[in-house]
Amino acid sequence: MDIHEYQAKDVLRKFGVKVPSGGLAYSPEQATYRAHEIGGSKWVVKAQIHSGGRGKAGGVKVCSTEHEVFDAAGEMFGMKLVTNQTGPAGKIVYRVYVENGVEIERELYLGFVLDRSSERIMVVASSSGGMEIEEIAQDQPDTIIRSVVDPAVGLTEFQAREIVFKLELGASHVQGAVSTIRGCYRAFRDLDATMVEINPLVVTSDNSVMALDAKMEFDDNALFRRQEIMELRDKSQEDLRETKAADQGLSYVGLDGNIGCIVNGAGLAMATMDMIKLAGGEPANFLDIGGGASPERVAKAFNLVRSDDKVSAILVNIFAGINRCDWVAEGVVQALQATEMDLPVIVRLAGTNVEKGMEILANSGLPIATATTLAEAADKAVTISRAALNQSTLAAAS
Amino acid sequence: MSILLNKTTPLIVQGITGRIGQFHTQEMIDYGTIVVGGVVPGRGGETAMGKPVFNTVKEAVDATGATASLVVVPPPFAADSIMEAADAGIDLCVSITDGIPAQDMMRVKRFMRRYREDKRMRLLGPNCAGIITPGEALAGIMPGHIYLPGSVGIVGRSGTLGYEAASQMKELGIGVSTSVGIGGDPINGSSFRDILALFEQDDDTSAVVLIGEIGGPQEAEAAEFIRDHMKKPVIAYVAGLTAPKGKRMGHAGAIISAFGESAPEKVELLREVGVAIVPNPSEIGATVHAAHAKAA
Repeated sequence: MDIHEYQAKDVLRKFGVKVPSGGLAYSPEQATYRAHEIGGSKWVVKAQIHSGGRGKAGGVKVCSTEHEVFDAAGEMFGMKLVTNQTGPAGKIVYRVYVENGVEIERELYLGFVLDRSSERIMVVASSSGGMEIEEIAQDQPDTIIRSVVDPAVGLTEFQAREIVFKLELGASHVQGAVSTIRGCYRAFRDLDATMVEINPLVVTSDNSVMALDAKMEFDDNALFRRQEIMELRDKSQEDLRETKAADQGLSYVGLDGNIGCIVNGAGLAMATMDMIKLAGGEPANFLDIGGGASPERVAKAFNLVRSDDKVSAILVNIFAGINRCDWVAEGVVQALQATEMDLPVIVRLAGTNVEKGMEILANSGLPIATATTLAEAADKAVTISRAALNQSTLAAAS
Repeated sequence: MSILLNKTTPLIVQGITGRIGQFHTQEMIDYGTIVVGGVVPGRGGETAMGKPVFNTVKEAVDATGATASLVVVPPPFAADSIMEAADAGIDLCVSITDGIPAQDMMRVKRFMRRYREDKRMRLLGPNCAGIITPGEALAGIMPGHIYLPGSVGIVGRSGTLGYEAASQMKELGIGVSTSVGIGGDPINGSSFRDILALFEQDDDTSAVVLIGEIGGPQEAEAAEFIRDHMKKPVIAYVAGLTAPKGKRMGHAGAIISAFGESAPEKVELLREVGVAIVPNPSEIGATVHAAHAKAA
């Protein structure tokens, strides 16, 4: 789960990380009021969306009067920000954060990830702040410092000091930087984060070490014990269909193609999408309905996949192991009857009692195309979806 | 005929009295697995599926001599159950549970390091379908009858995609020595490399099918191991050709977040070390058949 920058800063502040003073606004008027409250003569208005790269997309404005703050916020609200991380759909701005502008002496990078090689939390730091870590890794790989934390003792003071000295921070900044690094680590560990990124971490002209931006991601599997994090969830930033699917216990990811997929198991779902692509088509979604493939889940899946207007055919691929194919086939038939399906459906069943299952589909009187192999199913889905697309184009033209 | 599990392995089920625990315990008994008991804290002294239930894993091991354990415990408590098995001297622990917090698994892996390597429990999963040695025993949730006994090892992350592979092989008369699920989580007990090493040592395994997916470094590590240490032919399929970067595809670990984690990159690494690549998921069986014919 992602949270907003302002929320991440609130969280990190409680762990001793210094951040500029700021306030959240839901309207240009409120943004102006926040600027007045904060005081000073320079403010930064920042669009709050779940994505990095906001600056380049026009989501960050430096202002030197309260009027400018009003105008900058006014422009941002309702704006659709398209960044390199949001995809072409972009994300809409409903909240802005107004922050005290600070004078920057140096910009650094500080990140924490769950490293899958060492299976531990790893600190990643670089003296090249302000750029994305992928860019740093490509352009200045030598500046990257990595340090792995032993979960039994946590991030030690000396380990943090080593990082700070490698970053070549002056003696007067060591204590501030060590507190920042250890604070971020404790937040990561105590709140079940999967990522903390401070980019940039800055040294200001008045000699403090501060998080100018902050990003945090949390482990969905640990949210059951992180009520305080769950409360920070902002569904307006999430894909509506993915959220709805997750609420129903289905795992769905929307893609750009036109062949809807309903599959049991994540690996098989990915393989089915691969097969569609190799057959010359494009999948509209990833959807794992879970190993069991019960009739209720199949019905929910049909409704979900159909709600995507791009979909022109639906491919169902179920491997029934312990649950037999005839049982799954009955579920598919029931679901199709209940949802009054108006799209062509291709069903491929494999596993136990596959003949019986196919028979049930054939005798249902429903317009279901069946297939025995994954390749045949994908070929049929591609052909049928093309025909359906052509038909709807013809209908639109006449 | 196998690695890790055979018809003489005594197994306990942690969480045997739950709905899922009961169902799969019965399936395992029917397949021939030697289930000797179960563990549910507070239910010691009862019986479940005709087997004695114990309060702790230590008691169960003392009373039954169990060497393997299947953990079917809800996510908040699963990590603790795995550590309890490790501490009780279990050799093989299979964790089915999907949804264990990643940092819990980080602590489990750290905890297991307190035991000497030769005494350390072998963990499969979490979030895996388990392990089966066809015709002998099954510790997990896979449908036993889709596997033909034979000499090809299977190691994969996904459950149903593994079933797909096994049934394609069965169609062509190709049997399996042991099939091992390592699970779809970012931090797991055994890696591809760990299982490949066991198959390479196993006299009854002649070739290995590796079923990988997007995310994480384990396929790349497997490629290195194959290059340096494996003589047996390896056949591989990596799922997720169409997966976009930064999106989790069902499994907690199936997410492309760094260089080298996409399916085409992993396929290339495996191809370079001489692995036979499955061109599409409909031809897993056919590719194994061709590789086998070539080796023979």
